[in-house]
Amino acid sequence: MNLQNIFSEIEKVDGEIFDRLAHVSRRGLFNSLTKKTIAIAAPAIMVSALNKSYGQALPQNVKDVLNFALALEYLEFNFYNIANNLTMIPTVYKEAFELIRRHEQVHVRLLKSVLGADAIAEPKFDYTAKGTFPDVFSNFQTFTAVSQTFEDTGVRAYKGQAPNLMNAPAILQVALQIHATEAAHAANVRQLRGQKGWITGGTAAMQGLPAVVNGNYAGEENTNGLTGLVGNAFKIPITMDMITESFDEPLTKEQVLALVAPFFA
Amino acid sequence: MEKVTNRPDTTSSAAASRRSFLRVAGAAAVTGGLLTACSTADETSVQPTGSARAAGDVVTLPTGDVGILSFAYVLEQLEAAFYEMVVAKPFMGMSSSQKQILTDIGGHEIIHREFFRSVVGGMVPNLTFDFTGIDFNDKGSVLQAAADFELVGVGAYNGAGKYLKNATYLGLAGKIVSVEARHHSIIRELQYPRLDAFAGPTIVTSDTGLHKAYEPTYVLPIAQKFIKETISATALLASVS
Repeated sequence: MNLQNIFSEIEKVDGEIFDRLAHVSRRGLFNSLTKKTIAIAAPAIMVSALNKSYGQALPQNVKDVLNFALALEYLEFNFYNIANNLTMIPTVYKEAFELIRRHEQVHVRLLKSVLGADAIAEPKFDYTAKGTFPDVFSNFQTFTAVSQTFEDTGVRAYKGQAPNLMNAPAILQVALQIHATEAAHAANVRQLRGQKGWITGGTAAMQGLPAVVNGNYAGEENTNGLTGLVGNAFKIPITMDMITESFDEPLTKEQVLALVAPFFA
Repeated sequence: MEKVTNRPDTTSSAAASRRSFLRVAGAAAVTGGLLTACSTADETSVQPTGSARAAGDVVTLPTGDVGILSFAYVLEQLEAAFYEMVVAKPFMGMSSSQKQILTDIGGHEIIHREFFRSVVGGMVPNLTFDFTGIDFNDKGSVLQAAADFELVGVGAYNGAGKYLKNATYLGLAGKIVSVEARHHSIIRELQYPRLDAFAGPTIVTSDTGLHKAYEPTYVLPIAQKFIKETISATALLASVS
């Protein structure tokens, strides 16, 4: 059962998660059947093409990646779905967050459609992260800080899974396309917070974020062996900041699940 | 034929330059590939040929994974050269924040270029570029060209990832493509602030949430328009198809 594949890893950092998810999981089995026909409507052509190339039987490693992605997309979609119904978001930013919400929504639909009956059910979330962000839905600054963290982390999560999809080229491409969409979101949310669109260094403080999300940026300080470029005579002088910005770094599934675990109710 | 850019569609020079930017791609898509057509005689050669534009060079991309990386190296050389021009010759009225953004992006592209040089620099020479058609004095022209280059870059990496056989190479390409997507998002925000331009329906498909993915056969003719040497990818394309 794929739900267990995903959440057994969350359980490593959150021992009670199964108790809290048990009822969701049972209900989800019915949901995935009854909602399937609706969910399939929009991206039908793509799903049909993807499924055809695997004769309805996705390799297990691919299902695992897609369910991991689906868990993250549920997390993001519900986050924006709640926030966008509140007056907290200033009018000038509503269009951006509505676009992002719709993208996360269709990502959920697309992944559920590809997975069919193997799709995990929607979990329940706690966007305060057990009280870490108590005003996430009343303070726009907190909301955008969490949004940036989700988007930047989503980029890292998809990136980390790309090598696990090499046996499914069509699905690898779709995952890369979602990955780029998350990066487009991340850059936009960063700039509206007054940050650069790209990740400088590997601490939360360098992204204008509280230290509690340090782990979401750990590793981004990687220079990929290119520090020697600083000081060379290029037409644009290269800085260490530019080097860390030039590469977004992957996270493993285990790393990501540990980071998002506090957001699961 | 996909329309690459988003609203607002204006009658400005930016819109005109964008159309010309993409025209080559459309023609190539219809005819089945500009590069295939130009490299019939001696495609493995780097000897001068009559049709080549700079010192008569034909640059033949290698096959397989290193060929895909070489393809990326070509695109990163192109992007880096473009931003070197943008920074050396700022458009009229470039603000300090715009200059910072364009300098950052130019630095990133140089770093990407140098990274690929360290991997496949022995197989692909330094290319020469011709940016005729881009008015470097004009903000609209420069930003539209930047948005087009970035979008082609994102689509190129997304479309080529599935052809890589080596997981390490795929991981490295993945580290770069999301930075290109960030660039594109920010350039679009400079063009059309506080709208949906950063990821609107002509960038990210509405009913799937997918960003662009372009096959190398789509990307190469677009890049070729700005490169004086002739890039031959016939062998590469045959090796990955």
